[in-house]
Amino acid sequence: MSLGLTRTTSGTKRGTELFLLGFAVVVVLFAYASVGLAIDGTMPADIMTLGIGLGVLALVFHLVVRIVASYADPVLLPTATLLNGLGLVMIHRIDVARGRDIMEGAALRQLMWSTIAVGAAITLLFLIRDHRKLRRYTFTFAAAGLALLMMPMLPFIGMNINGNRIWIHIGPLSFQPSEVAKILLTIFFASYLVQTRDALSLVGKRFLGFPLPRARDMGPIMFAWLMSLAVLVFEKDLGTSLLFFGLFVAMLYVATERRSWVAIGLILFFTGCYVAYLLFANFQNRVALWLDPFTPGQSDQVARSLMGLAFGGITGTGLGRGYPTFNYSEANSDFIMSSFGEEIGLAGIMAMIVLFAIIVERGLRIGIACRDGFGKLLATGLAFSVCLQCFVVLGGITRVIPLTGLTTPFLSAGGSSLLANWAIIALLLRISDQARRPSVAETDPTRGSDDTQVVKVR
Amino acid sequence: MNTPIRRLGFVVAALFCSVLLAASYIQVLQAKSLNNRPGNTRIINAGYKIERGSILVDGKAIATSRKSNDKYVYERQYTNGSLYAPVTGYSSLVYGNGGGLEGAENEVLTGTSDSLFYRRLVDVVTGKPKQGANLELTINPKIQQAAAQALGNRRGAVVALDPKTGAVLAMVTSPSYDPNNLASHDTEAVTKTWTQMNAAANQPMVNRTIGGTLYPPGSTFKLVTSAAALESGNYSNSSTLPGPATLRLPQTTHSLPNDDGRACGPNDETSLLHALEVSCNTAYAQLGMDLGQDKLASQAKKFGFGDVMRVPMRVTPSTFPTQLNEPQTAMSAIGQYDVRVTPLQIAMISATIANGGNQMQPYLVKNVVDSDLDVIKSTDPKVRAKPISGQTADSLTEMMEAVVNNGTGKQAAVPGVQVAGKTGTAQGDTKNAADLWFTGFAPANDPKIALAIVLENGGDQGVEALAGSVAAPAARQIFEAAVR
Repeated sequence: MSLGLTRTTSGTKRGTELFLLGFAVVVVLFAYASVGLAIDGTMPADIMTLGIGLGVLALVFHLVVRIVASYADPVLLPTATLLNGLGLVMIHRIDVARGRDIMEGAALRQLMWSTIAVGAAITLLFLIRDHRKLRRYTFTFAAAGLALLMMPMLPFIGMNINGNRIWIHIGPLSFQPSEVAKILLTIFFASYLVQTRDALSLVGKRFLGFPLPRARDMGPIMFAWLMSLAVLVFEKDLGTSLLFFGLFVAMLYVATERRSWVAIGLILFFTGCYVAYLLFANFQNRVALWLDPFTPGQSDQVARSLMGLAFGGITGTGLGRGYPTFNYSEANSDFIMSSFGEEIGLAGIMAMIVLFAIIVERGLRIGIACRDGFGKLLATGLAFSVCLQCFVVLGGITRVIPLTGLTTPFLSAGGSSLLANWAIIALLLRISDQARRPSVAETDPTRGSDDTQVVKVR
Repeated sequence: MNTPIRRLGFVVAALFCSVLLAASYIQVLQAKSLNNRPGNTRIINAGYKIERGSILVDGKAIATSRKSNDKYVYERQYTNGSLYAPVTGYSSLVYGNGGGLEGAENEVLTGTSDSLFYRRLVDVVTGKPKQGANLELTINPKIQQAAAQALGNRRGAVVALDPKTGAVLAMVTSPSYDPNNLASHDTEAVTKTWTQMNAAANQPMVNRTIGGTLYPPGSTFKLVTSAAALESGNYSNSSTLPGPATLRLPQTTHSLPNDDGRACGPNDETSLLHALEVSCNTAYAQLGMDLGQDKLASQAKKFGFGDVMRVPMRVTPSTFPTQLNEPQTAMSAIGQYDVRVTPLQIAMISATIANGGNQMQPYLVKNVVDSDLDVIKSTDPKVRAKPISGQTADSLTEMMEAVVNNGTGKQAAVPGVQVAGKTGTAQGDTKNAADLWFTGFAPANDPKIALAIVLENGGDQGVEALAGSVAAPAARQIFEAAVR
């Protein structure tokens, strides 16, 4: 802990957070005004309402953090608020382009979900006063996570949208359970790996100078792999599958510090992908579309999104001046980043990608600063899950990897995604509060019983 | 666990960087080619949101944008549409901008050209709405009109240049089309028109002066052969050439006759000047074989054969064949075999001779002007090449004057004005009829216009018609409009 990474901050930094929050709200209002001015030539009438609403929401969260997590990281909340707000503006802008009024548009629903998600995050902060207590429910979370992950495969409530069976449908509500499963399983992975890391990291033979784990220690990774394959095969959801497996391998590596797990994981992953490619026409189409988005007779979704990005160029057309609706109905969900790329240009999406990178980087820092192994793994896992999700969806749009359907954190229209990502923020805030709390707490006998105080410093 | 977390940090950085790099590649490096993709609806739609610049001929707009009452804001309108179609092209909601300046100068007309960057910046600062720049053309409406009348409803093309500057004075092809039918916002009707016109055998949308299926130049190519001979230093226009009624071609049983079946002079001999005057096939075939294919090819190349030119529309390069045997060289020297040209190329040869050997770069856009008609950019005439010496140009002028005064081009003569020219009758690939040519310039001592006219498939007079009685009188009509 002497690397100067964790003690550079002193005090609670709540003032910094408040200032950054104000900045985030102002940026969002500017964006909103800019949409109105571009489309009608007038300042939107409800800008004050939106400003006050957003401001109050942010302020309430800020005050809650002051009370229940006063040492929490000051950057996470403003960054998430800014992204959430920008997403709202783009969804509103696409509503306008489609000629929907405010009551029937997706923006109002998104605003409602944002409020619910922020409310849920606040509740989480109140409920979980010490993240280590989550370990008590390790296997409950595992069971719940798996159940949620498998739910879309069930008849009646499972729904097939665009060839991906990743939705469940109960009454008027549709929900993407994998978003929540992601968090539950991250908690489970963290807890499980903290318990078993010694066995996984120390026992084993060397093969060709490469430390190989024992066959029976291969159990967990094989299980995770089979689960991912099941998601891939039955839900046709390459994105979620990649997310879970990548997350598990990363956490396994962090827990054991053994690179052999990464090698094994990558081999298993690519084998899985290759087999799936051979077996399913769906994947072959996606790969063909990745290699040449302009293949005649194929979906021109990627092609249109690419032309949108190109149309935006470096500086973009300006909000409200492009044609994001040409990206079909996904313009405000999977393709929302290309809508941004078109209207605020490369400069704009670079800034937004950096915002995501900031969230991930803060998460990893929290992992490093955290004093208990569970917290370290959990923070790292949550941060990396955000990173992987961003990579899968943004890499798909920019043709780094084949496009797979995943939501863009905080931006995409959709309640489940918002709920899950705000919950991640709440958990990270909670862990960081503990991590940054002055060391007086360390000598507190009620907290000092942690066996994970042993931290390797090189 | 801190070391692996830090390492994971590098993985995170690599993942984000890959996305940033890919986005930069798409939005910067690939942007232009993506934007220019056919069927890019964004570009087409965006084009209609801003007021596209006008295209002006002699101060009057031949293409202009008018407010429309639908969602596209502006609609393109063409005055004298079919007369100017090969020049303007079309601006269509369905098919984009193309077929002429609408396509070639699209970025200037929409105001997005890099050369308008600072002006755009000024507009942004002063809050002016985005507006395209206007194009002032070099076209002379009187000559354009006369050229269209000279062609009538026969298939063919006319291109006229100012030999001293390279300015294009007329560019006409027949049949033509009305671009208003493509600019309409009634997309169904536009699609129908487009499909019909593209399927039509007479290809109304092809600009025959610079593209399409190129023409064999026939005897107009004798100007190039003569130039090659004069430039070689071994010939003057009084040099004696053999001119029999028929010439046995080596290596074949084929023999080449003159058009009239007679010898070109007494004792089967003629001079270079007289050979051009009567368009003596045998003399030029022999001359071509004596000079050799390399000299012919290099002279053609100097005149612009094989070069891609932009006026600013792309001009299909004219071609002179390679790896010829002797009879093929002989046939190429009289503009047959595989020699293929655009009318613009032929007009440029006349213009070069008219301009004392200096070939000017042909251009259509005189000025780029803003909405207040202030000049933003004007084209300076540029020497493209010097294919022949001044002396060669003088000799060729003398020979071309003889063609009009005493030879095959008599019907191109304009009373009171010395015209210089050359006729051509070219048997194309289709054996049914010949393409008839006239190229020349006037007045010979102070040239104001150089032109080429071609009438496909014998104009309307069938197989027997010769260039002198069909193409030459058509050229005269144009010369009269230009010099009177």
